[in-house]
Amino acid sequence: MQAPKTETKQPLLSVRNLGVAYKTAQGPVHAVSNISFDLAENEVFGIAGESGCGKSTLIRSLLRLLPDSATVSADACLYRGQDLMGLPDARFRKDILWSEISLVPQSAMASFNPVYRVGDQIIESIRAHKSVSKAEARERCKALFDVVGLEAGLLDSFPHEFSGGMRQRAMIAMALSLDPGLIVMDEPTTGLDVLVQERILRRIREIRSEIKSSIILITHDIAVIAEMSDRIAIMYGGEFMEQASAVDLFEQPYHPYTLGLKNAFPSIRNIGAELISIPGSPPTLIGPLQSCPFAPRCPFAVAACRSANPEIVGLEGGQHQVRCVRHADAVGFREQAKEKAVWQF
Amino acid sequence: MAILELANLSRHFEIRPGLLDRAFKGKASSYIKAVQGLNVTVEDNEILGIAGESGCGKSTTCTMISALMEPSDGDIRFKGRSILGLKGKALKDYRRSVQMIFQDPYESLNPRFRIADIVAEGPRALGLWRGEELDRRVHAILSAVGLPPAKYAERFPHELSGGERQRVGIASALIMEPEMIIADEPLSMLDVSIRAGILDLMRDMQAQKGFASIYVSHDLSILGNVADRILIMYLGQAMEVGPAREVILNPKHPYTKALIGAVPVPDPRSRRAVPNVRGDLSKPIDPPPGCRFAPRCPHADESCKTKFIALDTQDPQKHQAACHKLAEIGHG
Amino acid sequence: MSANAMSRSLRKLGLGLKEHYGIIATNKLSLLGFWIIVLFTLVAAFAPWIAPHEPWEMLFDSKGEFAALRAPSWEFPFGTTHLGYDLYSQLVLATRTTLLIGATSGFISIIIGANIGLIAGYYGGKVDEVLMRLTDILYGMPFLPFIIILIALFGRKLEFVILAIVLIIWRTSARVIRAQTIAIKQRQFIAMARARGASDLRIIYVHILPNVLPLLLLYAAFNIAWSIITEASASFLGFGDGETISWGGMLYELWLSGKTRVAWWWFATPSVCIILLVTSLVFVSRAYEEVANPRLRKR
Repeated sequence: MQAPKTETKQPLLSVRNLGVAYKTAQGPVHAVSNISFDLAENEVFGIAGESGCGKSTLIRSLLRLLPDSATVSADACLYRGQDLMGLPDARFRKDILWSEISLVPQSAMASFNPVYRVGDQIIESIRAHKSVSKAEARERCKALFDVVGLEAGLLDSFPHEFSGGMRQRAMIAMALSLDPGLIVMDEPTTGLDVLVQERILRRIREIRSEIKSSIILITHDIAVIAEMSDRIAIMYGGEFMEQASAVDLFEQPYHPYTLGLKNAFPSIRNIGAELISIPGSPPTLIGPLQSCPFAPRCPFAVAACRSANPEIVGLEGGQHQVRCVRHADAVGFREQAKEKAVWQF
Repeated sequence: MAILELANLSRHFEIRPGLLDRAFKGKASSYIKAVQGLNVTVEDNEILGIAGESGCGKSTTCTMISALMEPSDGDIRFKGRSILGLKGKALKDYRRSVQMIFQDPYESLNPRFRIADIVAEGPRALGLWRGEELDRRVHAILSAVGLPPAKYAERFPHELSGGERQRVGIASALIMEPEMIIADEPLSMLDVSIRAGILDLMRDMQAQKGFASIYVSHDLSILGNVADRILIMYLGQAMEVGPAREVILNPKHPYTKALIGAVPVPDPRSRRAVPNVRGDLSKPIDPPPGCRFAPRCPHADESCKTKFIALDTQDPQKHQAACHKLAEIGHG
Repeated sequence: MSANAMSRSLRKLGLGLKEHYGIIATNKLSLLGFWIIVLFTLVAAFAPWIAPHEPWEMLFDSKGEFAALRAPSWEFPFGTTHLGYDLYSQLVLATRTTLLIGATSGFISIIIGANIGLIAGYYGGKVDEVLMRLTDILYGMPFLPFIIILIALFGRKLEFVILAIVLIIWRTSARVIRAQTIAIKQRQFIAMARARGASDLRIIYVHILPNVLPLLLLYAAFNIAWSIITEASASFLGFGDGETISWGGMLYELWLSGKTRVAWWWFATPSVCIILLVTSLVFVSRAYEEVANPRLRKR
């Protein structure tokens, strides 16, 4: 595999060949396999994919939030040069989790304890990792609430007194509370109204210049990922199908799945454009992959796609990574994929 | 011709204060005005899209149209006749004519029923057909929605994917031979890559069988794609109505403008406009008589807080907005 | 109705026998409990043919001596009482009584409890208020004294013992089924059924009932177990049917005889049977608990 072009600085997080398998009655399910990426300082890395593609499993494996039935393997998982794989759970929880890698979960509603004040919960999480006085922690909370655009007075409110958008912002404040190097956001605005979503995402973009954290953003919403990310990976069947800068990925996609997703996603700028769905349904991932996971749904699949799982190829000087046998034909596919008939095979 | 007319439709929910508050503080009940003075029609064979944020009243409206809830005020007329107070057979007939497709394909199918039984449940409950006739119709409709009965009829919902389940939901609505379909966010729980297929199915079925639809969604990009006309609602009031393209490309109401500007676009080079609204979405509890968007509207003045313009239903194709300030705001 | 159509409609109600054996077989203890219950049922069914003697028949051993207070032996496998009754025969015949009381009152009480729970949960409002206050009143009654008073009022007859147990034991199942009904009522497929035109009764019995069935069976097993314990307790206190022998009644006779400290076998046999049967019921119900509450399932 071709290494991505290394910048002068060492990446914040460097993952090589990460895989997660779940034990089930039907045999091991390889929910995530062959994941490699580098995350630079202060970068927003978007991972887009549909339900069951493994994106949640991937980030939970980074945060060690998986159930016991899951086994994680990786050639390397370096955070600031430190190998996370070898770290005992207790050390990981104390030194890394929340203080270095924090999480904004999908349902902020369920993530606050309903019987405690929101402010107290954030203070609690600060004091669990840092020896500061209550007053200092409270000051920090006030500053954080200011950053995410909430009034300091709300610190003394209970979670149920918050609207959905306010709760999500409070969750972001909590994730920021220890100045982590990396914030993982799992569908941070899914289920929120569009005006509220816009405001939260705008806020996240604005604070990127103030905080130094990198962000991994996972969502199924391609529009949100396009708007927020510097770099994007498209995930399918537990693997990255394509990984490139946001602009390259949208303007020069190589993988047929990326092309299919773009066709299927409506844009308000282009209403009336025909939407084309991808036939079939995602793979079950029982047993290791013997072919390209997308091959059964791909209009451009050939025999080679079905005989082996393709390797990642680095294009455009290694910056644009694609897992597709037919990447050389992509220029032609970009036009063909716009035809609905092509997808009805 | 309009198949459905909503005339000044309103629904209020009473919130009663606790016993102690009522007895000692003399607190009166407050009212959530979930829907207020809604005028709109659904024309034959058209798809009316209803869009708005949470609490805009779109679900309450649909529940009233499907005769599962009585309005507090106003009228619902189906093919020219009021449906309020329908009882017995007339109510059953109406329920049969107006079918719903639900949002959550994981929740809307009874987990202990087989697919064939789910689809046959409506006809069985109303005693429409039985025996072989019913079996034949169930098989025909399953084939029509792309679920070959030989493979799917005997399965349970948990053995199906989300898209397949939503097809079951559509089949069990269509088997009733409805004249109108109410679809409440039918795509929002489905994966992007299969949404277009469900949308195509709904459009094909509409073309084949010729029914009218109400399509409720918060997603304006999908509505722009599927609806003939769009109604924009905010906290129970109609803000704007008109042909879908018109409303999206050329919104008039300040709220519609903000809403459409805030829709994210799948293009990394574009940025959404910063919406020109203040404050947060509230709840329509004891709202003032005027426009409910006024407190957040950059153009609002005193007149907006006291007077609200109701939309009219004279010309369904007319693009109209419920705003005093249209001339002042201008287009664009 | 043809056998096929019958099995189809049973299956639709969630009563397919194969599926239920499948549920029980997922758990080794449940399977063990299931076979123990089957064994007891067979004993109960064929009791008069299995039991060598009448329950209250004074026996003499092969040497012609009065067989009073004999420890278990080849001749009297479970021993005898101070009046020379064969405990093995008593036990076998008592199994019949105990199982009859347990199954009947368990079955009737779950039907009452399920219906009250379904109706209260589905309709809500005043109906719920009235039915649940009734349940609350029953909760306020001390269990055993209430049953003893009822039996004292009605008389010490088998059917009155059953009636007394049923009258109080349905309360728990009604509450639990009501809670589950309220949860299921709010799910979208119920709204869908209503929008398709299903009547209230159809929604309750065709749409909701199959979804509360695992819970129903769980509580049916509990109710049977409770009925058996209750019957045994009441009989032990002398409030059983004096005409029929039951496990509790055997213990009552032991108590009256004053030989509790001497005749360990007299004490052991009915006690072990009560414990074995009740535990088996609880084991079987555990399998249903996992179906009714999937969170308990092992991952």
